[in-house]
Amino acid sequence: MATSIFQNVPSGLGSRRKDFRVSGAELDKIALEGVNWLIEKRGLGWPEDPNYCEENGFMKNADPEKVSKTAKDRGESQIGTLGSGNHFVEIQKIDKIFDTQTAKAFGLMEPDQITVMIHTGSRGFGHQICSDYLQVMERAIDKYKISLPDRELACAPASSNEAEDYYKAMASAVNFAFSNRQAITHWVRQSFEQAFHAQADKMGLKVVYDVAHNIAKIEEHAVDGSIKKVIVHRKGATRAFPPEHPAIPSAYRSVGQPVIIPGSMGTSSWVMVGAPHAMDITWGSTAHGAGRMLSRTMAKKSFWGNEVKKELESRGMVVRAASSVVLAEEADPAYKNVDEVVQVSHDLRIATKVARLVPLAVIKG
Amino acid sequence: MIQVGFRFLEHTADVYVEAWGPTIGKSFEDAALALFEVMIDTSTVKPTKRETIVVEARDKHELLYKWLEQLILKFEIDNNVYSRFQVEKIEMRWKIFHLEATIYGETYDGERHPSRVGVKAITYHRMAISERKGKTTLRFILDV
Repeated sequence: MATSIFQNVPSGLGSRRKDFRVSGAELDKIALEGVNWLIEKRGLGWPEDPNYCEENGFMKNADPEKVSKTAKDRGESQIGTLGSGNHFVEIQKIDKIFDTQTAKAFGLMEPDQITVMIHTGSRGFGHQICSDYLQVMERAIDKYKISLPDRELACAPASSNEAEDYYKAMASAVNFAFSNRQAITHWVRQSFEQAFHAQADKMGLKVVYDVAHNIAKIEEHAVDGSIKKVIVHRKGATRAFPPEHPAIPSAYRSVGQPVIIPGSMGTSSWVMVGAPHAMDITWGSTAHGAGRMLSRTMAKKSFWGNEVKKELESRGMVVRAASSVVLAEEADPAYKNVDEVVQVSHDLRIATKVARLVPLAVIKG
Repeated sequence: MIQVGFRFLEHTADVYVEAWGPTIGKSFEDAALALFEVMIDTSTVKPTKRETIVVEARDKHELLYKWLEQLILKFEIDNNVYSRFQVEKIEMRWKIFHLEATIYGETYDGERHPSRVGVKAITYHRMAISERKGKTTLRFILDV
């Protein structure tokens, strides 16, 4: 099963697809229409999938004309690829359910049920957009006479043309990321079909939720007693909207937004649910994962990729990795304990525990 | 300390590089080698393909940023990896810095070039260029 996914979803350094490439014009469509285009025109998914994706699978204000040709060149062969670093696909099972009613609403029925978690983003397309607009913002700080403590913090006033163009380009990258994960979802379903000789829908491989954890959104929040439009930048953070928020899919609206917290390699991951207090103290957000504790350099000095693999295998996990160096860098002790991170969120009532998932197989870049 | 080279400094999430050489050009060559060392073992790369890179920038920091960015693009778009870098010249004309370099490498092949981690972008965060008599030291962070 893991081998099948490893073959069907290119991962690792410079991963690109040979069987699925989009033209420049098609990439513009993906940037504009997100997962809907992939599903309708290329058949990579089910009609109901967008319902379970943040923004229903596409941000409306995207404009591919604000994206450079270089970014598009980087993106053309990267739809449906995992990339490297901390990106992964994991086959998991439910270990324990903490909130039965909410879990049921998300389709997480009982312990030992199989789940798949996909962690990747906008790949080179998004990174090039960032890099291109860094140059634009560099000029903007002179133009608007902004002084900065660090050059990487280049910016422009929210109402400026520079900021508006950036927002349209960023939204294109978000749509690319939704589409990338949608395409991987499709090939994961196909891998299950190949392995079990059964149809994905019969096996219940529905999308629980797709949500970004590095994104700027224009949202309305209470500030000093009145509702104001603000830009919320969630970087290393993920959205955690409470029950009844209109941005949540109707199927989940009464319980709250699913929050997905990936753990480090070989440890548990979590599904949580957004809670009302998040709107009071964290702009409707929570942490998105365990977070690193050791640098990659330290991790490489401390662990060998092959030993990391053996250790995981000795615990019954299947590991398919494109690079053994990445396995060392991503070794579990390099990260904080995800269970503690989740507990903080739970105790603060910004997102509360729904289910703990444990890994059976990991596919790494 | 040897005259040219690079090393990786401690940084929790990303890759923090220090590269140095007797001139700014030489230090840029080491920075480039460090970039590819993050992604692959450069000793496996045969320098059979020769290409010219030209970069322009408003200051030296931007020059370093764009030099490394061009190399990331050479990998991401053209699917090439490189192991030899020769900065032919760095000069200032009309307040703009110009860099011209020759780079040597080959097509990336996952079988022959054991992969490490991909570099997504170069950043300005904590970027430093210190030029003292006979030695230039660069520091920069790669987003991986």
